[in-house]
Amino acid sequence: MNILEIENLKTHFFTEAGVVKALEGITFEVEKGRTLGLVGESGSGKTVTAQSVLRIVPRPGKIVEGRISFDGEDLLALSEDDMRKFRGKKISLIFQDPTSSLNPLFTIGTQLRDIVTTHSEMPKSEAMEHVIKTLKITRMPDPEEAITRYPHQFSGGMKQRICIARALLLNPQLLFADEPTTNLDVTIQAQIIKLLNDLQKEVGMTLVMITHDMGIITEMCKKVVVLYGGHVMEIGDIDTVFEKPHPYTEALLKAVPRLDQTRKLLSIPGNIPNLITPPPGCVFHPRCQYAIEKCKEAVPPLLEVANGHHIACIRWSYLHGAE
Amino acid sequence: MAPLLEVRDLVKYYPVYQRGIISKRVVGKVHAVDHVNFSIDKGEAMGLVGESGCGKTTTGKVLLNLEEPTSGEVFFNGEETTSVFSKGPRKEVLKLRRSMQMVFQNPYASLDPRMTVFDIISEPFSIHKHIPKDQWKEKVYSLLTLVGLEAYHAERYPHEFSGGQRQRICIARALAVDPEFIIADEPVSSLDVSIRAQILNLVIDIQEKLGMSYLYISHDLSSVRQITQKVLVMYLGEIVESASTTELFDKPIHPYTRALLSAVPIPDPKKKRNVIILSGEVPSSINPPSGCRFHPRCQYATSKCKDEKPSFIEATAGHMVSCHYYTDFI
Repeated sequence: MNILEIENLKTHFFTEAGVVKALEGITFEVEKGRTLGLVGESGSGKTVTAQSVLRIVPRPGKIVEGRISFDGEDLLALSEDDMRKFRGKKISLIFQDPTSSLNPLFTIGTQLRDIVTTHSEMPKSEAMEHVIKTLKITRMPDPEEAITRYPHQFSGGMKQRICIARALLLNPQLLFADEPTTNLDVTIQAQIIKLLNDLQKEVGMTLVMITHDMGIITEMCKKVVVLYGGHVMEIGDIDTVFEKPHPYTEALLKAVPRLDQTRKLLSIPGNIPNLITPPPGCVFHPRCQYAIEKCKEAVPPLLEVANGHHIACIRWSYLHGAE
Repeated sequence: MAPLLEVRDLVKYYPVYQRGIISKRVVGKVHAVDHVNFSIDKGEAMGLVGESGCGKTTTGKVLLNLEEPTSGEVFFNGEETTSVFSKGPRKEVLKLRRSMQMVFQNPYASLDPRMTVFDIISEPFSIHKHIPKDQWKEKVYSLLTLVGLEAYHAERYPHEFSGGQRQRICIARALAVDPEFIIADEPVSSLDVSIRAQILNLVIDIQEKLGMSYLYISHDLSSVRQITQKVLVMYLGEIVESASTTELFDKPIHPYTRALLSAVPIPDPKKKRNVIILSGEVPSSINPPSGCRFHPRCQYATSKCKDEKPSFIEATAGHMVSCHYYTDFI
């Protein structure tokens, strides 16, 4: 069953320099109780996707078209007051930078407790108990003491645990994790990945893991959505995606150094596209080694090429042999 | 053959102050670099890896005397450098600066926004005066070509470039003085994934073309494997393991190195890894743990590890490690 369905979502930023087409019609679904990987480089639209679902796209950004349905409810049709009941309670978000997403002026206990009391009738003391309980779930050592401390007294890894606890406070059904390990060391990253994997199993939560690291995706997800320049390039099972990838996914995999290999890195020429004046046709064609004239003509539709494997590329069936 | 760069017993401590109303007093010290020894041969690319706060960047800065070492010696081409930097004549200092250069982590912060690319790359010429003024243009253009940019880019300002292009400019600036040795401090960590390969390949190409020596500082172990021949592993200011790159990645000995390598996710669904999860975090380097500094996080630690500092010894040919129980891990 799908907990979240996104259909032809377009989110644009109306800047002075022009309209930045951050999301140009993306479509995908998130299955309940699973972990979905959302991969892309900076500017691909990963974060804007999460922001759009929660309807917290910063100005001058606006959702201009599309449908987002959560558990059968059309989120874009809700009033702002109704939407507030979804944020945190049903859909939650872990931000990329734990340092800038915690308030330096309040203790951990106070700022986490306020979230609980704002969203429920719980008395303060009971809310604090709940905070301690949630911090325990994120394996925070000595949570009773932790609630009396301020954010700057914690290391990056611990702050990220606090942010994960904050996202879990109201028992959401769906959690977006936006590059939660980018600023952390590999050993701490391994701890956080394990924590998220365990939580997902224990709580049965649906997790959308946003990252640029294909390694983390293989570690955590069965299904992956590849974004590039505001378009979905590919959706599929992780095994299929590695076996018969979209040209962009393939280029990305070959460009990343791997710990278990030494081979010449094949770099992707050029730069990520300017989304005010995106290239015509397929947004990846200027950097694609397989591009032909026809790629410039029209945006390739996202088609199901095999069971559950969706590809937006007119060259794919030629490259991987149509079946 | 004598090594190009030799580091002997290098130490860098930072004092920790407690401030009073009138005076401040030293209450401790940060052990940023603690008795570090290594050497780099001509044409060799050496990797320096470790978690944040382990002293990687400080080591790089001390080598170039951007930070003055507390004690220890650095030899470059057989010549002791720290005394030259501190009290040598300006001419000698400039000569050393010409032979050692640095590429910094953040290309957005390390280029002057008010200078054109031409000014940025030619500034070293006006300081070192090693290139006659009428050849500046030619040299700048050839450097730009070398790093994969075009001659017309010279008239532009840094803000007109993407991160990858800016890092190319930084590399061109470092190469402007024809150095023998470059310290690259996390040169790709702030770049996009698809751009990283371009810069890594550029670094490899330049090493092959110009026979340059590198110290490549990074926490990204995958890229270290890609571009270096030897690796040093640092933990809390100390080097805990060193070996050739292939040896270190295939047969790591130190429990810390093994945990570090196991923690890197590999993008391949067919590969199953055994992740060693280290408990806790890197302890404070103001009061580093006694004995082996890694013992509080090490799953094999015994009371000996707590009391006695392991010596840095050769475990197998060319493979140095500091662990009491290294024989168990070979």
